[in-house]
Amino acid sequence: MSTLAYDGGAMLGRQLRRIRNNPGLLILTQTMPITMLLFFGYVLGSALAMPGAQYRSFLVPGLLVATAANGLMTGMFQAAQDTHRGVMDRFRTLPMSRAAVPLGQAAADLIVTAAGTVPFLLVGLAVGWRVEGSALEAVGAIGLLLLFRFAMAWVGIFLGLLTRNEEAAGQLGGATFILPLLSNAYIPTDGLPGWLRTLAEWNPISAVTTALRDLFGNAPVPDGAAWPVAHPVAGSLAWCAVLIAVFAPLAVRRYAHGER
Amino acid sequence: MTSTYAVLSEGLERRFGEVHALRGLDLAVAEGTICGVLGPNGAGKTTAVRLLTTLLRPDAGSARIAGHDLVREAAAVRRRIGVTGQYASVDGDLTGRQNLRLFARLHRVRGPAGRADELLDRFGLAEAADRAVSTYSGGMRRRLDLAASLVRRPDVLFLDEPTTGLDPASRNQIWDAVRELTADGTTVLLTTQYLEEADRLADDIALVDRGRVAHTGSPAQFKALIGAHVEVVVTEADVMVKAAAVLDQLTGTEPSFDHDRRAVTAVTRDSTLTLPRLVRELDAAGVPLLDASLKPPTLDDVFLRLTQEAQEAQEVQGAQEEERAA
Repeated sequence: MSTLAYDGGAMLGRQLRRIRNNPGLLILTQTMPITMLLFFGYVLGSALAMPGAQYRSFLVPGLLVATAANGLMTGMFQAAQDTHRGVMDRFRTLPMSRAAVPLGQAAADLIVTAAGTVPFLLVGLAVGWRVEGSALEAVGAIGLLLLFRFAMAWVGIFLGLLTRNEEAAGQLGGATFILPLLSNAYIPTDGLPGWLRTLAEWNPISAVTTALRDLFGNAPVPDGAAWPVAHPVAGSLAWCAVLIAVFAPLAVRRYAHGER
Repeated sequence: MTSTYAVLSEGLERRFGEVHALRGLDLAVAEGTICGVLGPNGAGKTTAVRLLTTLLRPDAGSARIAGHDLVREAAAVRRRIGVTGQYASVDGDLTGRQNLRLFARLHRVRGPAGRADELLDRFGLAEAADRAVSTYSGGMRRRLDLAASLVRRPDVLFLDEPTTGLDPASRNQIWDAVRELTADGTTVLLTTQYLEEADRLADDIALVDRGRVAHTGSPAQFKALIGAHVEVVVTEADVMVKAAAVLDQLTGTEPSFDHDRRAVTAVTRDSTLTLPRLVRELDAAGVPLLDASLKPPTLDDVFLRLTQEAQEAQEVQGAQEEERAA
């Protein structure tokens, strides 16, 4: 276990050094949700039935979760690039813990997300979003967000190891933008036709978004929703547990075996 | 017995779908020596290295690296090997120094920063140490790659085509570094398409062809297989036959003629044949000589000849099988 902690720490250091060497990508990924908040909040929000300020409060938790979900692209692209360029093979020939490479990546993703949440929420405050519940609940909301981001990192790393090629990973990454569109991140799901609503509410993004809205006190839990959304905190924890339980072992296995 | 071999493989096999990349690779590399694995593209050299460095699992066969079983003791094998090649690479988005420190840390080297600086100096990368590796030239990258395999001195170093695509100066630097390593007791297994590389570096050569070791021996033994080239150029076309008779007598092989150049060539396995003797004999026979040469064969000759022989043998076998089937 101490081997894993040490090697994982070294791999985390590698990812953070890469970001420091090349901060352009970080700035891009951090400003993206802010741009979307302003665009969706003022442009699209103007056409919605919900009043603008209320929609922006509704949108802030949605974008936090959507960004965390799309964050799977970071791990996916990195793992695919490392495999394609051959660094992964060097790691595989080193006497290091088999889980260290994916764990270091997931940990780096978590730190970057945590850091990026601060400027995003400051802009949120500027456009009218508020913590309307207790401070403890707000801390819980951030904790849940990071847990979800950690789960998505494992999904991304596994997919990246599977595709093994930067281009394929890039194309697959584009497809992940659809995921938040099929959830309640940007719009309430109660207006959707029956089957589509069920589909959107079983999207893990919907459970986590609802939990954040509930914990921040931005919007109540909708009536008549599917179980993960009707019980958003339990639903989110369950989704994260399932995603980690499935994808973390798959990613480690895939890393350890390569094309063996 | 096994302890005297740093690499010992028996019957390693590996398939990729329909492709039978290795068909029973037997390889024995004595400790502290350099073994050159030579072969044409697609012979299975890279697959062999990937198997021996734990990157791929064999379908059949076994191997011991530095005394440890390749499959059952993969972790122990990884502690004792270094790998550099076409694929085991470094991180292009990190600087040279950051790369070496990372690998030193992962190898549990005491004082990773100091070790990184030492290697940067030794491989002439100190000046570029703080630049991203993606800005390095091919030669610098390859040197860094080799340095990364040496952060902790490996018992066995695997080099997969370490100098492919490098300029002669960079190639020499890599060769010098490899020689220094074996002086310290490291065993090196290197694959190469360059016969010169195997000739200059290797104590032993294993010629790999179609997933098997087709021939092993020292570079000198390989050359002795083919013998030396004798060539004489005469002044008049009509004395070529006379020259050929002398060559036939001296070498015991049938000479061949190049009528345009008025040259007669033959191959000799007689290591006592010298150029003065050749000239004296021809002169005594009254052959008016314009030029005479006695050249050791290049590994290229050996390589071509051995792979051709293997090819022909296979074709004969194939034809026989077809006949039997018909």
